[in-house]
Formats: sequence, C-alpha cells, structure tokens
Amino acid sequence: MKSKYFIKILLTIFFVFASTQTFAKTIKWSMQGDSLTLDPHAQNEGPTTQVSRQVYEALVTRGLDMSIGPQLATKWATVDENTWYFYLREDVKFSNGQKMTSEDVVFSILRAKQPTSDFKEYISTISGVKAIDEYTVQIKTSKPNPILLNQLSNIFVMSKEWCHENFAVVPQNWDASQETFSAVNAMGTGPFKITLREPNTKTVFKRNKKWWGSMKDSKVTEIQLLPIKNAATRVAALLSGEIDLVTDAPVQDLARITSSAGHKVESTPQMRTIFLGMDQAADKLRTGNTGDNPFKKKKVRQALYQAIDIEAIKKKVMRGLSEPAGIITFPGVNGYTKELDKRLPYDVNAAKKLLADAGYPNGFEVELRCPNDRYVNDEAICTAVVGMLGKIGVKVNLFAQTKSKHFKELKDNQGDFYMLGWGVPTLDSHYVFHYLYESGASWNKVNFSDSEVDAAIRVMEGEVDLEKRNAAIANAWKIVRDNIAYLPLHHQVISWASKSDVDVPIRPNNEPLFRFASFN
Amino acid sequence: MDNKKLTWFNRVKDSDIYYSFIKSPTAIVSTFILILIFFCSFFVEFVTPYNPFDPSSLSLMDAFTPPSWTEDGLAKFILGTDGQGRDMFATILYGSRISLIVGFSAVIFALVLGVGLGLSAGYFGGKYEMIVMRLTDVQLTVPSILMALLVDGIARGIISRELHDEMAIYVLIFAIGISEWPQFARVSRAATLVEKNKDYVSASTIIGVSNLIIMFKHILPNILRPVLVIGTIGLALAIIAEATLSFLGVGVPPTTPSLGTLIRLGNDFLFSGEWWITFFPAIFLVILAFSINLLGDWMRDTLNPKLN
Repeated sequence: MKSKYFIKILLTIFFVFASTQTFAKTIKWSMQGDSLTLDPHAQNEGPTTQVSRQVYEALVTRGLDMSIGPQLATKWATVDENTWYFYLREDVKFSNGQKMTSEDVVFSILRAKQPTSDFKEYISTISGVKAIDEYTVQIKTSKPNPILLNQLSNIFVMSKEWCHENFAVVPQNWDASQETFSAVNAMGTGPFKITLREPNTKTVFKRNKKWWGSMKDSKVTEIQLLPIKNAATRVAALLSGEIDLVTDAPVQDLARITSSAGHKVESTPQMRTIFLGMDQAADKLRTGNTGDNPFKKKKVRQALYQAIDIEAIKKKVMRGLSEPAGIITFPGVNGYTKELDKRLPYDVNAAKKLLADAGYPNGFEVELRCPNDRYVNDEAICTAVVGMLGKIGVKVNLFAQTKSKHFKELKDNQGDFYMLGWGVPTLDSHYVFHYLYESGASWNKVNFSDSEVDAAIRVMEGEVDLEKRNAAIANAWKIVRDNIAYLPLHHQVISWASKSDVDVPIRPNNEPLFRFASFN
Repeated sequence: MDNKKLTWFNRVKDSDIYYSFIKSPTAIVSTFILILIFFCSFFVEFVTPYNPFDPSSLSLMDAFTPPSWTEDGLAKFILGTDGQGRDMFATILYGSRISLIVGFSAVIFALVLGVGLGLSAGYFGGKYEMIVMRLTDVQLTVPSILMALLVDGIARGIISRELHDEMAIYVLIFAIGISEWPQFARVSRAATLVEKNKDYVSASTIIGVSNLIIMFKHILPNILRPVLVIGTIGLALAIIAEATLSFLGVGVPPTTPSLGTLIRLGNDFLFSGEWWITFFPAIFLVILAFSINLLGDWMRDTLNPKLN
C-alpha cells in the first residue's frame, strides 16, 4: 500500500514540475520609455495605451489586421442614427472575480468623459449612456457619428465597484501630477493582470486566469516590461538574451541584430507622423530675442519648412526608415491622399528670402523642445533641425528632456517651438483635426484657429453622407496645409527586434498584443 | 655673488630638476605629448578649418563618414565624422580644450581651497584644526564622483534651466574641485606641522611677524613641493572625473561636447559599426591622462624623494 502512495506522490511531483518547466514562460519586453500612468483614461499616449491594452478591454477592438471587431460587446445595432445598442458578453469577469455588467460599461464611458480624462475628445459626441438591462448598453450621440466604433475601441472598461472602493471614480489628473491608486494599479477584464509596478523600471504582467478568451499560445504566462532608455544598452540587453522583445529597435543597430543568429527584425510603416509645432498665437515668444512672435507670419513658418532637408534626415538619422510627410496623417487613414502628402521643396535660398521678406533678415532666436525617449531618434532629429535652421540664420537652442516632462510642459503652454508625433488610432482624419487643429483643442499647442476648419470638424462629426463628409475633410486638410499650421517631418517606420523563437506579431500602431504571442 | 651673473636660463639649466628631466625619457616624451595637445587644443582655430560648435556650418549629409584611410573615407575628414556631420578631429580638439579648462580650473580651485584650509589648520592647531580635519575625513568617505553628482543635482535644482547650459561648465568645475580639496588639505597640513616647528618660523614669530605673513610667505613655499605633486596627479583625475560626469550626461551639454560627452554620444553607434565616433575621443582621453600621470610620477620622484 505504502509504495502505491509513494508512486502517486512521485508522479504528482513529476507532473507539477514538468508542467511548470515546459509551460511557464516569460516574455521580457523593452522599449525606451515606460507607460506614464496605469489609469486607462488619464493619458492618451502610445506606450501608456500599449500597457493598458494588455490589462483592459473595450467594447470593440482592433485585431491583428487593424480592423474593428467585437471584444466586450458581441454585437451592436443602431435603432436610429443617434441611438446605439451594445449587447455585452455574459461570461466576462474582472481579474478579481467580479462579473462585468452594463453598469461597469456605463460607468467607464462616463469616467472617460470627465474633465480630467485625456480621452474626452474621443467621445465628445456621446450625449448619453445608460444600462438597459444587465448586458445591454444604450449609447446616445448628439449627432450622427460615423466613427463611433473607432472611438470606442480606445475607451477601456473599468470596474465600477473597484473604482469606488479605491477612490478612483474620476481619472487621475495627470497634468497636475496627481497621484492616485488607479495610476499605479490596474484591474481589468483583459488577458493579463499587473502584479508588480515599478515606474520606469519594471512592470510584471501575469496571466489573468479568469479571462474569457483564449491565448494563442498557452505557454505565455508572464510578460515583463523593462524600459531601457539608452539605445545601445537596449540592444546589448537584447543580444545578450536578457530581453526577448524590443518594440523600438534603434535604426542604426538593425543590421547588427539581423546578423545575430538567434534574433530577427521586423519593420512596418507606423501609424505615426512626426512634426514640429510653432506657437502662432502668443504675442511674444517666451524664449525669443525679437520681442515679438515671428511664427505669427506664415512666411516665417514656410521659411523654416523649406530650410529642413528631410531627405538628409531620412538618410542619415533614420537610415532610410522613414517616409517624408506633407501632412500629419498617413496612408490608410480616411482623408489621406498622396497629393496632400507632398512636401514643399527643400530650398535654403528661398527660405532665406522668405525670412527677409517677413522682416527677419538676420533671423531670430528660439528654443526647440524635444522629447529624448519617445520617438525614433527624436533628439537626433532635433539636433539635425538645429543645424539646418542655423543655415538660414535662425538660432535654435535645443532643449531635450524625458517624455513625461516634455508632454506635461507642453500641456502647460510652455513651448514656443516643439516636437510631437501623432498617431491616429481611429484611422479617420477627424481625430487629427479634433486634437491638433480645432480652436482650443487639448493638443493644439500651436494655438491654430480657423473658423472654416472648425466648421469642417463639425461636419465630420455629424455628417453621415460619406461624400459630403470626405469633401469636408479634404477641404480642411487643404486649409491647414496651405497655412503651414505645423511643420510635418516624416511618417515613422518602426522595427521590432526579438529572439527568433519569440513571436509577437508586429502591428502598425506599435501596440503588441501578447495574447497573440507565441514561442516556436 | 656668482649667482647674480647667471641668466634665468642658466639657472634652470643648472638645477636638479632640469638634470633629472633630461635623464628621464618618460618625462620628455610625456611633456612633448602634453605640449602638443595643449597647443592644438588652445590654438585649434589655426589647426583645423572646422568649427563643430557652430551647428549652421555642419552638413548632415556628411554624417557617419568613416576615417580617411578606410574605403568610404574622405580626405577632408581625417578621423571621420560623427552622427551630425562634425569632423571628429576638430571635435576632439575643441572637446579636449573644454576638458583641459575644466580640469585645470577644478584643480586650481581645489588647490587654493585645500591648501588654504590645510595650511591654516596645521599652523593654528586646536579646535579649528580638528574641525577642518574631521571635515576632510567626512568628505573622503563620500566617493568623489558621487559628491560631484550631488553638487550637479543641487545646482540643477537652484539654477534656472535657461541659465544652466551656460553655467554648466562652472558647476562642473565647482563639483570636481569640491570633491578633490581634502587631498590638498591633508598634505599641506602634514607638511605645515613639520615646518612650523623649524627655527625659521620660531625666529619670525619672535621678531613679531604676523601670522598671515609667516603662513603664506615663509611656510607656503616650503610645502609647495608635495602639493605640486598631488596637483599634477589631481589634474589627470579631474580630467577623468569630467569625462565620467559628461559620460553620465550631467556634464557639459552635447552641443558643445567635451571628451566625455563625445564618448557618450559615440556609444550609441558602437553596435552599428561606426566605431570611430567613440574610439578616437576615448584613445585621446587615455593618452592625455596617461601623459599627465607619467609626468606626475616623475615629479614625485624628483621633488619629493622621501615618498619613494
């Protein structure tokens, strides 16, 4: 008898060990910066959403092919042009075991509409939301909204009860550096839950066993996000095997990584355009030396535009991995055309002449603000721009700093001249106009204002006739392009580098979805 | 009487130091290298036509040109160019000027502070000496790089950002100087303790010479030998400390790079095969520090045989 027990115990131990040994695998993921906050409504920023996306889910979501599909809602219907019904999955539980119901969805949408939310612009057309029954949600819009689903794919659903228990009913006020429970803790319905959070050092995601969906590869049980700011250090960590996946592999090191037998590199055009903004409303530049604001004059803006040799930046700084841009949107977004995306020619003499015509024959001085850990080679691009503008007599002082400070100070209206990148998660031009061009919009830090553009934005929001709507978009693009409201630089190309046996599908919005990750 | 006829040159020629110098090949070679580096760094405008600190003179298309003797190299860029199209040779010389200025100023700052405190502590003794010496003990427990980082951090906190780039070099001098003064204080105090009991000091005291004059006119020249030895070695340390701080990104701004900043900037391109961007500044720094150290060793042997 005794020996029988003994064998049983031995077998149990063997299986336990065998299973953990073969199946428990961690993917160590690195990029230059970290998520700014875990509060899913507090900051509309790439890496922040990338982290939230592993933990939180939305009513609908984009799949690997970037098309919209069901997530928390299984189906939806419109009764009239302003009323939508969403029918929720009934088997969804939060990672603490609570059931997700329509109350949570209603709460989350209202939470994302709070003044401290950075997503309020996404859903500004939603005028009312209510729970019809436990698994049905009714959403009312103030006018017909053709891109509501696109917008909802970025509104993450939180637990009402959890938020109430933890004083997180309103989103963290990120601009005022508020510290909240929800900024360092996350509890969602997604495939992962965060078990350890050390900002800028380490974030550990463990499988959420209560998740309703199924992983592509059940061996993926843990993700660790380990941000490494220095490009060379990040590559060294990858090559030495300390890191499995880098989602912003430095362009200068791609050849080196490819030549390593155990690693691979994938590249894809990213849905992100890099540009420079110039404050056109201030009476006096904060960092200028002329006592007025040269950027008010279109000729000055055009001079700066034409002084930038974008091909040189592409060749030397980006090593060919960028696409020069004429507008702040990219192929695949509704409203993009090749015609609009053409740049004004690079012409130093024309730029000098424009500057002299505008009344600044000797140029002027200004500070350029740059992030140094957000976009591909951001600081190097800015340094190159400093040199190029120096050639037409504009003395630019470069101020590069970490992204969290950069964004915060921009929002605080401290930038005269700054670098920013813009992605379009909704894949519709409206998103760009609504954030960057509308009078008083939250990221319109160049203070551009044009009544015709504002009117066109209203049409984009309410017009269901696609032809009329597209005409409004085309017209708005033409106005802002002719006005040189911003200086577009290029569309980013992103490269992911990983160990050969780690497979995480690359996506044009640079968001990894670890539920589709696998080991081979 | 005979001495008066000798010119200054002859006096130098007859001295022990000169004799020891020409007998030491290491000293001659390192002095030669140092003079060459000093000359090139301080008259760099005449040595090279490029000015890497003027962004408008650069062309981005020249970036990443390898050294001239390699396949893709260009004759006009002897050591190649960096990621912004700056000529490496010119950038290194401009950078070494900053490194040398920072190094020298920091050592002079540390020397004045350290000798002043050490000499007076040794001379006056008592509670004052105890306080100064315990202060050096406390500071010696803090590694000098940490001390310099601390100073830089505080400076960043109190100086506004617009001013900081201009002030960076002074902050750096202060940071390195403040972390090196205890060495000088200890050596000069020890030497003063020996000197102050000698007859010439007692004689001066008896005839009523004031303390200040005794300290700085009579004792100081006699303790200068060990201080100079420490100073020379301290110069190499200060230059390396500057490079370390700049490498960590808290030194001079990248638009006016010193040697350490150059090494840091080049570090990003090591994996991509653009080795020259970090290699040449690093080699240059090694040669510079090595030469100063060799000269310092020779000076120690000559000026202060007791240390052997």
